[in-house]
Order: sequence, then C-alpha cells, then structure tokens
Amino acid sequence: MSLNRRNFLASSAALAGASMLPRVAMAADTIKLGSILDTSGIFDAYGKPMDMAMRLAVGEINAAGGLLGKQVEVVAYDTQSDMALYSQYGQQLARQDRVDVVHGGILSASREAIRQTMRKTKTPYFYNVLYEGGVCDRNIFINGVTPAQQVEALVPHAMGKSGKKVYILAADYNYGQITARWIQKFVADNGGETVGVDFFPLDVSDFGSTIAKIQSAGPDLVIAPLVGGAHLSFFRQWAAAGMNDRIPLASTTLGVGNEHKVLTAEEGNGIMVAYNYSQELDTPANTAFKDRWAAAYGDSGAINELAVSNYQGVMTWAEAVRQAGSMDRDALIASMESGLSIDGPAGKITVDPKTHHAVLDVHIMEMENQGMKVIETLAQRQPIDTQAVCDLSAKPNDNTQYEINI
Amino acid sequence: MDLIVVILVEMLYAVASLILISAGLAVVFGMMKVINLAHGEFMMLGGYATITAVNLGVNIFLAMLIIAPIVVGLIGLITERLVIRHLYGRLVDTMLATWGLSLFFIGLATMIFGNTTTGISTPIPGFTIGNYQINGYNFFIIVVAGLLLIGMLTILKSTRAGLIARGAMQRSDMAAALGYSPDRIYMATFFCGSALSGLAGAVLAPLVGLVPTSGGAYIAKSFITVIAGGPSLIAGLFTSAGFFGIVNQVFTFAISPVIGEVALLVAAVVLLRLLPQGITAKFFKGKL
Repeated sequence: MSLNRRNFLASSAALAGASMLPRVAMAADTIKLGSILDTSGIFDAYGKPMDMAMRLAVGEINAAGGLLGKQVEVVAYDTQSDMALYSQYGQQLARQDRVDVVHGGILSASREAIRQTMRKTKTPYFYNVLYEGGVCDRNIFINGVTPAQQVEALVPHAMGKSGKKVYILAADYNYGQITARWIQKFVADNGGETVGVDFFPLDVSDFGSTIAKIQSAGPDLVIAPLVGGAHLSFFRQWAAAGMNDRIPLASTTLGVGNEHKVLTAEEGNGIMVAYNYSQELDTPANTAFKDRWAAAYGDSGAINELAVSNYQGVMTWAEAVRQAGSMDRDALIASMESGLSIDGPAGKITVDPKTHHAVLDVHIMEMENQGMKVIETLAQRQPIDTQAVCDLSAKPNDNTQYEINI
Repeated sequence: MDLIVVILVEMLYAVASLILISAGLAVVFGMMKVINLAHGEFMMLGGYATITAVNLGVNIFLAMLIIAPIVVGLIGLITERLVIRHLYGRLVDTMLATWGLSLFFIGLATMIFGNTTTGISTPIPGFTIGNYQINGYNFFIIVVAGLLLIGMLTILKSTRAGLIARGAMQRSDMAAALGYSPDRIYMATFFCGSALSGLAGAVLAPLVGLVPTSGGAYIAKSFITVIAGGPSLIAGLFTSAGFFGIVNQVFTFAISPVIGEVALLVAAVVLLRLLPQGITAKFFKGKL
C-alpha cells in the first residue's frame, strides 16, 4: 500500500478519534474491575483462557445493562509469568487505578504476592483457581476446588477401579506436597496403603528410572499431582513403556490447562481425574456457555477448568454487587456471606460464608479420545479442608494461610 | 535379576542421552571454542522441526534423523554467516551474542508455535523384561548415540575432511598456508555442530512436552559434560557422559530423582576440582 498525504491524514484523524474514545468512556461513571493474569510467558496456557473468560463475563454483564446502572470497565495487566510484576501491578490496581474489585492471580505465589496489598487497601479480591487450600482472609474469595474436595472424590473411585496399593508422584512445591499428604490420608481412610511417594522439581522431564521404581514397588494405582510442561513427559513415557495398559493412572492436575489435548488419545485414554468442569459436561448451561464462547472467540477449544472458574468468579461477584446494591466493600462481603449462589457452566456454586471458599459440584472423569468423559457427579461438595481450620464468622480478622496437618 | 537388567538399560539410556545432548556442543565449543549459549535452542528447534514434519505427514524416523538435522544445520549456517563468524576468538563476545540468539530463537518459536506444550508420541512400543515393562524408545536412543559416536570418530579420524577440520581448529594459519580456507572450514564445522544439536532435539522430542523454553533444560548438562570431558572430543564426550550418567542413575534408583540430579552436579564439581582441565587432559591423552 502506498501512503500519500491524503490517506495519511485520513488515517491519523481516525486514530486521533479512536484515542479519544477511552476518555469519553472514563468520563462516564463506571465500575472498574481489575484483572491481573499471566497472559504471556510460560503460564499463558492458563492465563490466556482465563483472560478470555473474564472479558466474556464482563461483556455479558454489560450487555445486560451493567451493574447498578453502570457499565463495568476492565483494567487488565499482563504479569508475563513474572512474580515480581504481581506486586507492582497489584499496587497499581489498588492504589492508582483504585479499582472496585480485583480478579486474578494464577500460581499460589502470585496470589500471596498481592493478597496483603488488597487487604490493606480494602479492595475485594477474587482468586479463581484450583489450589492447595487453607487461605483464611475476609477480603478474599476463592472458588477453585481444594485438594480435599477433589482428592476425597477421586481416591475412592480410582481405588475401586484398581486396588489398594497406591504410588504417588507429585510436583515438588507446596501444592504437590500438601496434595500428596491429602492423598495419603484418603488412601488410608479407604483401607489402602501408600507404597511410595516421589517428588519432582518442575523441570524434571526424564521419568525412566521412576517408571522402573514404580514397577518394583508393584502398586495397583498411580496418582500423579504433577504440574507443567516438563512433567507432561511422565504421561508420555508411561505410555511409551506400555504401562498404561498395566497400572491405572489418576491425576489431580492433568487437564487443568487442557493438557489432555496435547497428549495423544492412546497416551491419555483411561487417566482418571476430578474437577469442577469438563468441556464434555452435558448440561444446557455448559452447551450455552460453549456457544457464547465460540460466538465471541470463534472456537470453544480453549475453555478449561481455570477459565470456567474465572468466569464463575466474575459472575459471582456481579451477583453479589446486585444483591448488595452498592459498591461498598463491607456491603459486598455481607452479600457474599449471605449464602449467595450462582448457576455457572459447571453447575451451582455457593459461597461458603465461614471460609469464603466455594461449595461446588465435582465430577469424576476419565480421559477418552482427548476429551474428559464424565463418569460420576458428586453434587455440592464442601471445602472441608479449609473449613476444618478457618472460621471467618468467629474470627473475622484472621489473615493466615493454614498449613493443614493430617 | 530383571531389575538389574532394567537398571542397566536405564543407565545406558542416561549415558546415551547425555552423549546426544552434548555432541553438537562438543563440536561447536570443544572444537571451535565458540561458547554457544544457544545450543539448547538449536535442540528446541530440532524438536519443533520434527513435530512440524510429522504433523505434515512425514515418516517420523525420516523427520527425526534427516529433516530436523538439516533444518537446524541450515539455521546454524545462517547464524554463523551473520553473527558467529565475526566473533571467532572472542570468547566473551560470542557468549553475549549467542545468549541474544537464544532469546531470539525462543521468541521466534513462541511467535510461530505459541507458548504452549506440544508433542508427538513415541514410535516404538514398550516391551517386557521379566516382570518389568520398559520404554522401547530407550533402545533407539542408545543405538543413535552409539552410531553417532562411531560416525564422528570415523569422520574425524579416517576422512580427509575430518583431518582438514581438525587441522584448521588447531592452527588455522597453517591450514590457510596449505591452501585451505579456514572461513569455509569453520562454516562447515558449525553446520555439522548445529545439525548434531538438531538431531538431539529431534530424537528426544517424542519423550518430552516441548515448549519454546525447553532448551534451557539441556544447556547446563551439556556444558558440564563437554567441559568435564576435556580436550579430546570423542573420548572426552564418552567418558564424561558415562561417568555422569552412571552417577545420576545410581543415586536416582537408590534414593530419588532429585538426589540423582544433585549427585550429578556434585560429581561435576568434585571432578573439576581434581581434574580442572577435564578427564581427557589426564587420561586417554592425545586420543581423539
């Protein structure tokens, strides 16, 4: 395209006009929703779908007339998978942009980097991710499944399909360590025995010797809370050794970032998991959600557990604002604590007033042809791990992440 | 008994994979004295070349053994012409330049393939040894590493091209005086080194989930192996890969994979304290 003076002037006029638009929008009175997610870098497989889900939710809220008669405006920052940027952008959202609510954070480290800032500045904070449980703070709301909700469902099912001897392979950081402890507890509760536990740093990608070790221990079942791309090699090498036909596998993390679409069907088939959401959930709510997603983004393939959690988090917040009838933080918390619930793509989600965690459906699933087939639905499971240690109605000033002793 | 066989296979496999990931670096760093911090990224590109070719319907062995080395070799050739050739003999500058290259390749791969994990499954089924199932692909890697060593030895020792290359690496001025262009020889050697890195990345691709930053996982191990190997190219590669692979697997089986990795690093530190010039400065002196 050649650029002459006339169309240069025309396009710069258009640009100048476009750049004035946000100001017009800002001048109007809006509700500001802060979003802080890794939409680039090594965690963007999680962050990008979460960002898409947040924008979809806000778009739907605005299309339905906004909240309290105002439009919701998104103020989003990309933390580039860098934990240091979380504290910086967290400060910026709370102190400079003065947003009304913050949704976001993916890894537990990122949540802890911004949680205290939100608490100090009295900015309500929603962490919409599956995590290790135990956070007790009146200012935060969490709607992801915790290990007890998930593991308690998964372990009896998987042991029923295999046997009593269980071998655990976990990621070597707090999520994996705490989850491994929960697995051991539920294996024992169900009359089983843990014959081995191995932890792996996030960059380990060679599991040959581990696979041999597992065979010499001779378990009936392997449960693998492994995290990230390097650990994905385990499932691949397990299948390459022909073990997938011999010892059944279960996982508490595989599929959260749509990893089952990266594994081939032969590698993934039969792996047992338990989550709040599956694309294969055959409910009218999920079908409608996938249609809306596809209408917005062209294809619904990117939807995963975390995206749906984020969508449901934004929708829960919106419902709480409607019921509170004001943007005041204490009014919002009071309406969240009133036993509020919404119907999301993954079913009914109720806020647990005592812990600010969520009561939700957990689906036991099996991987089949790069999808997650729902085997059994356990309705409305309580976050019992956090409930055991956290009671915000008795101690509203609590500000701890409890390490759970089993 | 079965377990001993399995452990032996795993040890051989660990040694073989160290040889594979270090061979390209041994040529580029060991022979040419170019500190190639983009070595891991060459491997990563080899992996992507394989996966792309397989997804386009090419036979997986053809993709791994032919296409990936050629693609990465050509990328290395372009890199050498544009960047590296201006920096021969300037160690620190090549370090900086190749580090920049590694960032460039990571960015490029992210743009083309996206920052998500991709992969293909292994083409060889697992098989049974007594009560154990093992990964059949391990044998393929052992065979490839063995053939690679023999091939390198043959070329360097018994062909005229190998002789010229070795000569030019030792005294480029003498090679030039005898009528060989050091510039051309360096170019060809860098091509071979890059192609070897590409081969390694390609052969390991079915075992891992590949992301654009995958290269970082290999770089430390390959440098340790090459530096601990010392001045002799092949003997150094073989002895240090053998030593580290066995140490790593013994501790992995006895304790845990984490301790296995720790043991490898501790062994490297101790080894370099005792033999600062590398294994082959003391043993196998003068061998290739």
